[in-house]
Amino acid sequence: MSDPSGLNVTDLHFAYSGEGFRLSLPQLELAAGQTLALAGPSGAGKSTLLRLLTGLLTPTSGKVSFGEAQMDTMNREERRAFRLKHIGLVFQDFALLDYLTVEENILLPHQFRVGSAGALTRQKMHELTQRLHIDRYLDKRVSQLSQGERQRVAVARALVHEPRFVFADEPTASLDPARGRIVVDMLIADARQRGVCLVMVTHDPNLLPLFDRTLRMEELATA
Amino acid sequence: MSAAFHLAARYVLRHRLQSALLAGALGLVFALPLCLRVLIHHAQQELRARAADTPQIVGTRGSALDLMMTALYFKRENLTPLPFGALAELRQPRSTAAIPLHIRYQAQGAPIVGTELDYFPFRGLKLTAGKQISRLGDCVVGARLAQQRQLQPGGHVFSSPEQAFDMAGVYPLKMRVTGILTQNGTPDDDALFVDLKTAWLIEGRSHGHDDLKTDASVVLQQEEGNIVGNAAVRMFNEVTDANRASFHFHGDIAAYPISAVILLPKDTKTEALLAGQFARSKTQQLIRPRDEMAALLAQLVRLEGFAASALLLTATAALLVTALVFALSFRLRLREFQTLEDVGVSRAALISVKVLEIGMVGVVAIGVGLLLLVGASLLAPQLLRLAL
Repeated sequence: MSDPSGLNVTDLHFAYSGEGFRLSLPQLELAAGQTLALAGPSGAGKSTLLRLLTGLLTPTSGKVSFGEAQMDTMNREERRAFRLKHIGLVFQDFALLDYLTVEENILLPHQFRVGSAGALTRQKMHELTQRLHIDRYLDKRVSQLSQGERQRVAVARALVHEPRFVFADEPTASLDPARGRIVVDMLIADARQRGVCLVMVTHDPNLLPLFDRTLRMEELATA
Repeated sequence: MSAAFHLAARYVLRHRLQSALLAGALGLVFALPLCLRVLIHHAQQELRARAADTPQIVGTRGSALDLMMTALYFKRENLTPLPFGALAELRQPRSTAAIPLHIRYQAQGAPIVGTELDYFPFRGLKLTAGKQISRLGDCVVGARLAQQRQLQPGGHVFSSPEQAFDMAGVYPLKMRVTGILTQNGTPDDDALFVDLKTAWLIEGRSHGHDDLKTDASVVLQQEEGNIVGNAAVRMFNEVTDANRASFHFHGDIAAYPISAVILLPKDTKTEALLAGQFARSKTQQLIRPRDEMAALLAQLVRLEGFAASALLLTATAALLVTALVFALSFRLRLREFQTLEDVGVSRAALISVKVLEIGMVGVVAIGVGLLLLVGASLLAPQLLRLAL
């Protein structure tokens, strides 16, 4: 598998079986370091597109490529391995494990990737948690945190292993505007600094100008 | 694997109470049949050894089991007593040694065994401290009993009255401890041994009191050589050097009761002849403890098989319930496993997490089971003593 550097989508089609919802994306190219906002009303298919791009859903047809790595030709386990190594995901519902501490949650995917977290990874974790203002909670279980704090833990978990692609599903939904802005600024800065492709779902029109491009879902999906 | 192990360990530790309960229950269920086997094996060994060391026992006709339990384990089974005169008859053939046993009384729960000095070498009992019984009212004490009650030579032990409120009954006798016996890991360790005459003294067949010939103030009536004392006569509840001469027996000693007689035939021919002789007796019976114990243990083994089958069924049920508990737990955590899958954790790693969680509970269960097993092994002698 070659080192991927950009996201390419060609002629992507998807439909849920038995439902009228259809999603079509003829072409999308996102170079390394570029940021993309997926905007649109609820039910427009933003999360569905995100899941299609990350291989969590299989398209009816079309191609999703990360550099030379073609997601649609990979089997399930290969897609998982690719996600674990190259993709950072921020889920809408945070998807954190309540019985683990903040630190353990952040480092968990990395541990599954390489076995244990080295000094560099730990240093990265401390940088991220400081910037996200959750560094004092490292030893706390996530069940003891507020929604906003949990969301920031989810962001830190997505970035700690320095992935080449970051996909975030409404990472500011549970945050106040100021904290939301900090998180988005950090994601964008990280993408530009490291040459990472960032795709983020958002409802907030004020955030859209911060991104290089915006994809309006109303133009892609039909109910 | 280390991440899977870490995750599994964190989950088990976070839910340590539930995990410990599950492991404890599993360990208990699987250890129970093994503990039962250990206890029964120990009981079989102990019971067989004691029985094998005792060639033959004679007692009045009745329950052979009661006779055996009385003679070997000093249980007070309310046997009809043998007359002491029977002992002389049993000693008629020179090829047989006979040791009488009188088992009826206790000293605060410890059996008082009335016997003769031959009993001690027969059971391999020696003195670790003090000296043997030398006069009426003396006793030697089993090693464990002496340790429990901190008895030393020169100390005293009281016999317990059979009924607390029987004013006309036997008074407690204050016995002098003359020696402490070596430990032999049998019921001898928990008993107190006295001479037969002391046992009869406790029973009230002998007594000592003020000399009526020298003290006229305690005489109620005197006629034709018979002197009847009045209520002021002092009855002695302890044998001392000063009053020992005043102790005397009433009635025919040959009719005094004994509980059983241990027979030690010198050869198998004598043993067979004795067995044949007592087979015809209508009043007395001779038992071979080895045979009686074998029959008893055969019953025990059958019961063990039944209990083991029942426990095996319980263990199977427990295993199924445990499987259900884990299945339900994993079902409840479906979202968590889905998250891990979405992040990119492989299916093999997820299976490892589940297997490791089950394995950790299993290891703790095995630990609990082993602890119980070790406990059962260590406590087997005490449990057997309590059961007997």
